[in-house]
Amino acid sequence: MLLIVETLIALGKIAFVLAFVFSFAILLTWAERKQPALMQDRLGANRAPIFGLRLWGIFHSIAETFKLVFKEDFIPPAASQFAFRFAPVVALFPVLLTFAVIPFGNQLEIGGRVILLQVLNINVGILFLLAFGSLGVYGIVLGGWASNNKYSLLGGMRAVAQTISYEVVIGLTIIGPVMVYGTLELGDMVLMQNKLLFGWLPMWGVVVQPLAFLLFLPAGIAETKRTPFDLPEGESEIIGFNLEYSGMRWGMFFLGEFIELVVLAGLLVTLFFGGYHVPYLYDSFELSGVGGFVFPWGATIPLADVWVVVLRICSFAAKIAFFLWLQLLVRWTLPRFRYDQLMRVGWKIMIPLALLNIALTGIVLLAL
Amino acid sequence: METKTKTPPEEQFFFTTDEPEFKTKEMLLNMGPSHPAMHGIVKIAVKLQGELVMDADIEIGYLHRAMEKTCEDCTWNQATIYTDRLNYVSPIINNVGYVMAVEKLLGIEIPPRGQYLRTILSELSRIADHMTCIGAAAMEMGAMTVFLYAMKGREFLYELFEDYCGARVTTNATRVGGMPADLPDGWIDKMHRALKEERKIIKEIDGLLTCNRIFYDRIKGVGVMKADDAISYGFTGPCLRAAGVEYDVRKNFPYLVYDQADWSIVVGTEGDNFDRYLVRMEEMEQSARICEQLVKKIPDGPHSVSDKHIMLPDKENTYGNIEGLMNHFKLIMHGHGIRVPSGEAYQAVEGGNGELGFYVVSHPIEGEEEDGCASRPWRVRVRPPCLHLVAGIPHMIKGDMVADVIPSFGSINMIGGELDR
Repeated sequence: MLLIVETLIALGKIAFVLAFVFSFAILLTWAERKQPALMQDRLGANRAPIFGLRLWGIFHSIAETFKLVFKEDFIPPAASQFAFRFAPVVALFPVLLTFAVIPFGNQLEIGGRVILLQVLNINVGILFLLAFGSLGVYGIVLGGWASNNKYSLLGGMRAVAQTISYEVVIGLTIIGPVMVYGTLELGDMVLMQNKLLFGWLPMWGVVVQPLAFLLFLPAGIAETKRTPFDLPEGESEIIGFNLEYSGMRWGMFFLGEFIELVVLAGLLVTLFFGGYHVPYLYDSFELSGVGGFVFPWGATIPLADVWVVVLRICSFAAKIAFFLWLQLLVRWTLPRFRYDQLMRVGWKIMIPLALLNIALTGIVLLAL
Repeated sequence: METKTKTPPEEQFFFTTDEPEFKTKEMLLNMGPSHPAMHGIVKIAVKLQGELVMDADIEIGYLHRAMEKTCEDCTWNQATIYTDRLNYVSPIINNVGYVMAVEKLLGIEIPPRGQYLRTILSELSRIADHMTCIGAAAMEMGAMTVFLYAMKGREFLYELFEDYCGARVTTNATRVGGMPADLPDGWIDKMHRALKEERKIIKEIDGLLTCNRIFYDRIKGVGVMKADDAISYGFTGPCLRAAGVEYDVRKNFPYLVYDQADWSIVVGTEGDNFDRYLVRMEEMEQSARICEQLVKKIPDGPHSVSDKHIMLPDKENTYGNIEGLMNHFKLIMHGHGIRVPSGEAYQAVEGGNGELGFYVVSHPIEGEEEDGCASRPWRVRVRPPCLHLVAGIPHMIKGDMVADVIPSFGSINMIGGELDR
């Protein structure tokens, strides 16, 4: 009985997180068309009605999915048949797993049972995330190589070099917050961020680790392989690693990319922007009493835990939406780097700065 | 016994280096014709060592439509529409160049008003041309937004063309001996508004690109074509001026009324992609200046010659009296039309990409030799600026990276219609 309930709770959480990530990813396919349209003085997607209802083209996400599924699934005869089919799977699924360690709330007590609002609570959360996040590049290099096309091969090679370089930056950058919060578990890290500095400033990652945030943001965008770091794709130069793919196989690469965006936004929020926290909002576990807003000037608004959780999930979603917006803004504003410039920025500028950040953090922590 | 080792087939295309421990091969990569940046009409075969371009070869001709030959089967005025399809982002300049060559053969000069109209429309076309070039080059580097801003800017100009001649791209905006029509009412005010919008968009593009570190790093010092090389390749136009050579057909061989406006030749120093970009940005401003000065000076009077053997009569005469109708018929009917005396003429204009020359030969056609004139061109030869620019591409991209091929190719603004004709 206990096992069944536990399993149901776990499945429920997985379903929630998957729905959360997928709805963001699907909405992103729409936002990816609508936001640049706004930026570029044009209308963007506004067709695809359902019962005459257009809603600014939001149903295009659905129409596109159908289109991709029913498109001809072309596999080049000269391609490596197994690897070609396998690559999109490798590109998509490891990325999906990464969201498991990102907490979307603290905990909720239902019927005497405390439910942790995080799918996977492991003490090496960040390492898990980095490991699975970087598995995705195997799909890309495999797809690039298996297509038996020179352009795809170039794209795959670029993807590997880029991902490996920027993974180093990300790894070194994350060490800063890890040193400050003293844990690798993302849930604990988020809990620490609700403490107040000087009695009024929430101890968000961006406050205590501003340099780490400034390094993490571009490195993260580089990991998602989008403009200005879209060298593996570089559609006007080498057309990209996914050149030979069509239909839903191509769609899986793109779904993987959009989910990477959501994961990056989630990670940015979790590490640097207080995760699910709303400033000055605490639940009953943190206050060991009635939860609610406790403002620094003494005012309080008591709230039931359920409402705290709802508010926090909304705040988490809003923060993620903000960072998705920011990533789209960057993507549609800047031209792309060149391969050697990308490497130079990564190895000669960002890695030394990340090391400097670690040293500074260490010195400050020792002095405190 | 001496044995001759045969190269295995897959080795024939590649050059193998002699390093024994880490064997690398040069990769031959055919960029185009079906490549997003190659417009579908040109192929660059590059030899790559990693991402470095070791050698490059360019192949053209995918858009050859026998334009020059086709012109020989048209009357003098009919051939103008084929010139629209040369550089199709600045078609009016092509129209002007062709009809001026024919007018040279006829030995006529059109009235000042027509000359002013031609100059103004040519300069507006030049802005449209440079706008397209910069937008497309930026898009190929990933800056999609700049491209759409540039397209918006071009739209204001195309509306002006549409108001003048009814077409946006295939303008056919000139006639031998003048212009088809006068400016419509309110056109000049509309032009001022369009130029205002244009300047706003140029400023936006400038803000997005010129001081953008990524863009600067991508194109600075890339695709270098020094002045000596540029001249020996036959470069003209913005690409030559970017190398620091002060050559502009409008100044060196003045035609129309360019001497009536105060403007200057824009020159660069290095001849790299960044200079070509800057030269184009500034030339748009200079063109706008020319237009603004000239519209103030447009004289009154006819815009076309009054010679009945050259210009069609006004429509009220065609439909209103027998003389007009006969005149119309004599110019339109097969075997009649404008009679151009035998001879040859070369007329160059400053096109969007450089010196656009028309070499037109008139020679009596079989069956109508009696007056030594011809109703059709014997030969129309176009000197396209693009051809020479494209010939210089291998020189420009050798030693750069494969990603640099795209901005270098974009910065010379290859237009297939003009290149292959």
